[in-house]
Amino acid sequence: MTTAEPTEAVTGVPFTLNGTELVAEEGELLIDACDRNGVHIPRFCYHNRMKPVGMCRMCLVEVDTGRGKALQPSCMLPVTPEMKVETESEATKKAQDGVLELLLANHPLDCPVCDKGGECPLQDNAYAFGPGETRFVEEKRHFKKPIPISDLVKLDRERCILCDRCTRFASDVAGDPLIHFIDRGSQTQVNTFPDHPFSSYFSGNTVQICPVGALTAEPYRFKARPWDLEAVESTATVDSTGARVVLQSSQNEIVRVLGVDSDAVNWSWLSDKERFSYEATAKGDRIEQPLVKNEETGMLEATRWNNAAKKVGAALRVEPDRIAAVGGARMPLEGQYAWAKLLKGVVGTDHVDAQLDDGLPGPLVLGLPRATINDACKPGGVVVTIGADLKEELPTLFLRLRHAVVEDGVKLIELTSTATHLSDFATVRFDVTPGSVGQFATAIAKQAGADLDFDVADESGLVEAQADKVAAAAALLDGSVPVTIIVGRGNLAESPRFTSDAVGIFRRLNDDFQFMPALRRGNINGALEMGLVPGFTPGGVQRESAQLDTWPDVPDFDGMDTKEIFRAAAEGRIDTLLLLAANPLQDFLDEDLVRRALANVKTVIAVDGISTETTDLADVVLPAALFGEVDGTFVNLEGRLSPLRAKVTPPSQARPDWMIPAELAIVLGVELGFTTIDELHSELSEVLPSFADIDWDTLGSSDDGPVLKLNRSWNIEFGKPAAAPPATSAFRLVATRKLWDQGTMVQESPSLASLPSEAAIHLNPDDIERHGFVGDSVTVRIGDQTHTIPLTSDVRVNPTTASIPVCLPGFDARTLITGRSTTAVEIRPNGTT
Amino acid sequence: MPTNTYVDHAPGYVDNEGPKIVTSRFGYEDSYTLERSLATGGYEGLRTALTKAPADVAAEVKDAVLLGRGGAGFPAGIKWGFMPPVWPRYLVVNGDESEPGTYKDRLLMERDPHQLIEGCIIACYALGLNTCFLYVRGEMADAQERIGTALNEAYEAGLVGKNIMGTDVSIDVVLHWGAGAYIVGEETALIESLEGNRGMPRLKPPFFPAAKGLYHKPTIVNNVETLANLPWILSNGAQAYKEHGSEASPGTRMLAISGHVNRPGVYEVPQGVVSFRELFYGDNYCQGIKDGNELKAFIPGGASAPWFFDDQLDVLLEAKDAGAAGSMLGSGAVVVMDETTDAVKACLRVVRFFARESCGKCTPCREGTSWEEKVLQRILDGYGREEDIDLLLDIGKNISPGEYPVAAFGKANLEAVPFPPKQTTICPLGPSSVAPITSAIRRFRHEFEAKIAAGPQNDGHSQAPEASTV
Amino acid sequence: MSRLTPENVEVAKEIIARYPRPKSALIPLLHLAQEQDGYVADDAMEHLAELVGITPAEVLGTCSFYEMFKREPVGKYMINVCTNISCQLLGGEELLHHAEKTLGIRPGGTTDDGLFTLEDVECIAACTEAPCLQVNYRYKYKLDNADFDAMIEDLRTTNKDNIPPHGTLAEQRQHIPADKLAGIGSPEDTTTPEWFSKRLPVEEPKEENA
Ligand SMILES: Cc1cc2nc3c(=O)[nH]c(=O)nc-3n(C[C@H](O)[C@H](O)[C@H](O)COP(=O)(O)O)c2cc1C
Ligand code: SF4
Ligand code: FES
Repeated sequence: MTTAEPTEAVTGVPFTLNGTELVAEEGELLIDACDRNGVHIPRFCYHNRMKPVGMCRMCLVEVDTGRGKALQPSCMLPVTPEMKVETESEATKKAQDGVLELLLANHPLDCPVCDKGGECPLQDNAYAFGPGETRFVEEKRHFKKPIPISDLVKLDRERCILCDRCTRFASDVAGDPLIHFIDRGSQTQVNTFPDHPFSSYFSGNTVQICPVGALTAEPYRFKARPWDLEAVESTATVDSTGARVVLQSSQNEIVRVLGVDSDAVNWSWLSDKERFSYEATAKGDRIEQPLVKNEETGMLEATRWNNAAKKVGAALRVEPDRIAAVGGARMPLEGQYAWAKLLKGVVGTDHVDAQLDDGLPGPLVLGLPRATINDACKPGGVVVTIGADLKEELPTLFLRLRHAVVEDGVKLIELTSTATHLSDFATVRFDVTPGSVGQFATAIAKQAGADLDFDVADESGLVEAQADKVAAAAALLDGSVPVTIIVGRGNLAESPRFTSDAVGIFRRLNDDFQFMPALRRGNINGALEMGLVPGFTPGGVQRESAQLDTWPDVPDFDGMDTKEIFRAAAEGRIDTLLLLAANPLQDFLDEDLVRRALANVKTVIAVDGISTETTDLADVVLPAALFGEVDGTFVNLEGRLSPLRAKVTPPSQARPDWMIPAELAIVLGVELGFTTIDELHSELSEVLPSFADIDWDTLGSSDDGPVLKLNRSWNIEFGKPAAAPPATSAFRLVATRKLWDQGTMVQESPSLASLPSEAAIHLNPDDIERHGFVGDSVTVRIGDQTHTIPLTSDVRVNPTTASIPVCLPGFDARTLITGRSTTAVEIRPNGTT
Repeated sequence: MPTNTYVDHAPGYVDNEGPKIVTSRFGYEDSYTLERSLATGGYEGLRTALTKAPADVAAEVKDAVLLGRGGAGFPAGIKWGFMPPVWPRYLVVNGDESEPGTYKDRLLMERDPHQLIEGCIIACYALGLNTCFLYVRGEMADAQERIGTALNEAYEAGLVGKNIMGTDVSIDVVLHWGAGAYIVGEETALIESLEGNRGMPRLKPPFFPAAKGLYHKPTIVNNVETLANLPWILSNGAQAYKEHGSEASPGTRMLAISGHVNRPGVYEVPQGVVSFRELFYGDNYCQGIKDGNELKAFIPGGASAPWFFDDQLDVLLEAKDAGAAGSMLGSGAVVVMDETTDAVKACLRVVRFFARESCGKCTPCREGTSWEEKVLQRILDGYGREEDIDLLLDIGKNISPGEYPVAAFGKANLEAVPFPPKQTTICPLGPSSVAPITSAIRRFRHEFEAKIAAGPQNDGHSQAPEASTV
Repeated sequence: MSRLTPENVEVAKEIIARYPRPKSALIPLLHLAQEQDGYVADDAMEHLAELVGITPAEVLGTCSFYEMFKREPVGKYMINVCTNISCQLLGGEELLHHAEKTLGIRPGGTTDDGLFTLEDVECIAACTEAPCLQVNYRYKYKLDNADFDAMIEDLRTTNKDNIPPHGTLAEQRQHIPADKLAGIGSPEDTTTPEWFSKRLPVEEPKEENA
């Protein structure tokens, strides 16, 4: 019998569950209504984030809808008024026992060696509901033992109970139907097509939702037994989505990361990068001790903390204007605040920038009204994406948006320079040549009735050619339904100016439109919020209006951004350069400039957890603790605060980021004002109005975390957009990013390191044909240099544009980017110049 | 026209005495040509239909009480009425005929494709839709050929396609090839298959095809024979139709009677008035059991139907009566077994069919049917255990809980359990596998026991051929 | 073997055009591939995936569900002996055993000369003509052992019935001339056909579900 009580006061559908009268929500499935009322119905195929299929038949219960009792799958049955449900009756029990017996008939009894043993619903149900002994004396079904279906996932078909979860996930949620049911009846199996592996960015989710041990993740296989695991809830930091996760450790090593079903954020899904890059923490090339360069040998040598701190202290005692800091997006909010306070409030420099010229202008990001993911995904709304393929940059956000567009009818308008993985579902997709997005925005806004004092500058006729689409988009943006504009940096070879222009025009069209910055780096929103951006102090306050009682000082000049910092450094105008978990040699677009900058700065100080080519060149290296090793807070792209939790201890001398500036301040003879994280939190709540109401203690326990109320005091002035560059015979370059790249977290995770593909230039097949490109490479000329680059035919690329991902093995695409507002490259058949 | 003869060019068809509603052209060697069709009243029903309002055509069909011939026997006119008033909507014709023992739709498609096409157009017209898919079982190469040719002729003659018969009515009929899977005969699996997917049934409720079918749009699925009746109904009227057969089941239906009878064949039989006794022993029908043997059992409605025995010989060919007697008339397939039949072997063969044809979606069917097959094979091979008989019945209960429909058994004073069975599965395929088991064990338990007692026989024949997996 | 030939790509396009959604054409297209090569080759599946815009895994999922599609080469003649109940009662299994002996293969096997593949199959809808079989889906009724042997001999020599090699299903395809096409109803087109609206007021909405 149940002692169920409705957990929420719902108005809706009255029904009877095991004799108790309850109320279900309109349209609620019986299995969910029972869950909500504390009655668990066993299940295998049902997953609350996917469409039910009702195929395992485990959830059968006896239901009377007025026409007599009948067994019904509760996962497929919406509750209807006056329905009477018996989850404990004889008939229900018999049916469930029967299904279980049949499921076990062909299932191997290898629980002791199965990764799932101890946390397996089949095992649990077998104990709870099963008949006990098997009457199946026949030979069990055999398949070849585990087969790899991708680089990360193995499949044991004998254990598979054909619940369709992984396959449904692959096709319906991820949109990567690369695994499928094959064959029929009792021979049915899940498999891939020969030589087409399940290389989905989301493959790990299938392991998480597999109700038995059929799918296992390579990084976790045989690593631990479930009962040895310790777990804590935290937040994924590899990108700015801030997916909620559980970290599981065994013997002080993180061995598994699972997605948490956060209703607001990730619905339990994770990208494989969020799921598996924990490996970098334990297996990466960690910096374990402070290092100082030996002036004679030029080699970094281990030293003691206070020795290193003294060196840094000395380097910080120069003119504030000659000190600069780059990076900080990786850190928890606490570290970001502490660094901001040290650099801006104590040292007094404003040359601080967390973005590496690969994002969007700080004032823009900080000044726009924010949408939450749920706002954007609410049925009935319209989403405009400007910039990148979210699948590559913010994959978990992509899944939410994909669901909204594909399942919930949210209308999508895409303004991107290459087609994305959502383009097939977009209501309107513009072919936006680099540099023209502002003109498209102008055309749409004008058509939608915006009062603009300038006209579309459309020399190339590109906008005119898409007039129908402009009309269709304008109709969707007439203000009758909520609009969210997701804005990112889709093309690194294009000045962000064009994107800001477009954003400005949409602002002027309707100031109820909400925005979401699709910046990729982990805690970049925290960094901007904490003032790691020139011209701002924490809380998104402009430098001139800063009122920070607890700060000794604020800078008295407007700082430079990263690009300007490196230029200044290269010219000898910077003495001390701090790299806060930044690897500009890898990440900054002009590698040569970075090298010159590093060479011409007196003291380069790198604060990082993993050694990189950049830290190798530093004068002082301070070891920082990483994800999973420290407590802290994360701010995602919605402005949502969620907790970061320590599960394992940092190696040797590595310290939480916030402690490092606190200690350096002491060297400088100042107190930062906090010696514990709690004190730091109190200060944040005290000095920043948006943090005033934050209850830091409950951050982890409340489901989804509070969203910062970001009321900005300034208004960005948006003027006439920059003219689109004229058409040329050359190809316009689109420099994109891929999920799997040469970035530190991927490369330091052994399971992921080999996943990036070789760089290649992507051209539309029509262009390839028209220009007679044959073979698998082309010659690309830029300025006076020529390069031979592998060629890929790609229908996603717009005609007359050439797309190439940066940060991949093989050809370094950064060498093509000129730094002009857009980049044009000449492409010739291979062998010609 | 020849009467009372076996018609060579329509193998299996017996041209006996009785009303000819759907087989009227079968006597002609060229019955499948447009020329013959037009010369013998073909497309007249359509011509009549086009003079009426679509709703009146639908009303005529409803009035005729045209029972679906695909197995469930649901009245076509009423099913059509379930379509919500939204467009687009589709008609899908079920020509997947694969139920063991069933052999009628193939004849209708091969011998008179124009009658079927005409029926399709009439239905489309009544339902106000413009695309019909004719799904024909893959293994029926001749039927594909004949229908393809007939459609080409009909398009050319303006009887299908744009501006049918010079009117503003435009309807396409697309021939679709199946590829070998019994389950695809189930209407939702048929729709999945037509969408290019694996033919796995969809759960209904929540949605029946009439509301959400092909591409999740309202869809009517009708059997070939059902639609083949429409031309006659439109030409002659519902009233004339109801003069044949019984009140509850007007018209005729095509029955394939196979197995141990003297004159097996496909007969057009008035519904609801003929008994099984007459069918098996009557001069107009099968003319007695083969070699003068005794009747042992018969399957009255395709392999899915529980078996009948001599106690049920006087049941009429009426859905309601057959249901009350513990089985169903199903797809018009009667399989007669005489006294020489090995009940265990026959039972295994039918169960093996379901095991091989399970789509694999539902656990009870996927795992249960193949388990049943294995146990039965063991018993047949002489390796059975005493407890296997009850085990078989119990596996059956996991697929079909409660008392399974069975026929009455006078001598043992056992009463009939009426049709249909309950199920833990999505579709009735899984539960169908329980029919032969329950039927055979109830009546011939001693044969199972004898096999178990006797042990392995090694006569070289007890072993059924291995299931082939290529 | 191979992807579709250019001629078959044209046929494929015509087939695809007959369906509101390309994936619906998948089964007919798999038949086309099988007609071309005698079986459905991996390359062909990849090609079909491109033609209808799905992944090869999805093509394989569908292909492998249906018995008629062979993913390995089979004999020129596929001999399918029915052993289901009606045929069993009248000697279907004995006929199969005889076929095994005559051809020297088990069901599923192919003769060394590549001519014959034997299968025992489920009911092929000729129950009154038991025992029966199909050769490449062309029927042979009421065979005894001698009939079977004669049939094999004929297939080896004259093939008097002109049975096409395995894979060719119907030699006559449907072809809809462009000017006769009513217009395949797209699932997105929610308009009521004009002729229908003209002929009657829209019916009362009715409750759904049987
Ligand atoms: C397992 C199974 C197989 C079926 N096979 C067929 C079939 O081969 N042909 C057919 O017309 N109906 C078949 N049916 C019935 C169809 O689901 C459907 O009821 C029928 O096509 C409706 O047509 P009707 O209303 O004209 O009878 C089958 C049903 C089941 C459950
Ligand atoms: S009962 Fe069998 S055939 Fe029917 S849907 Fe379930 S598994 Fe498929
Ligand atoms: S959970 Fe409902 S049928 Fe599987």
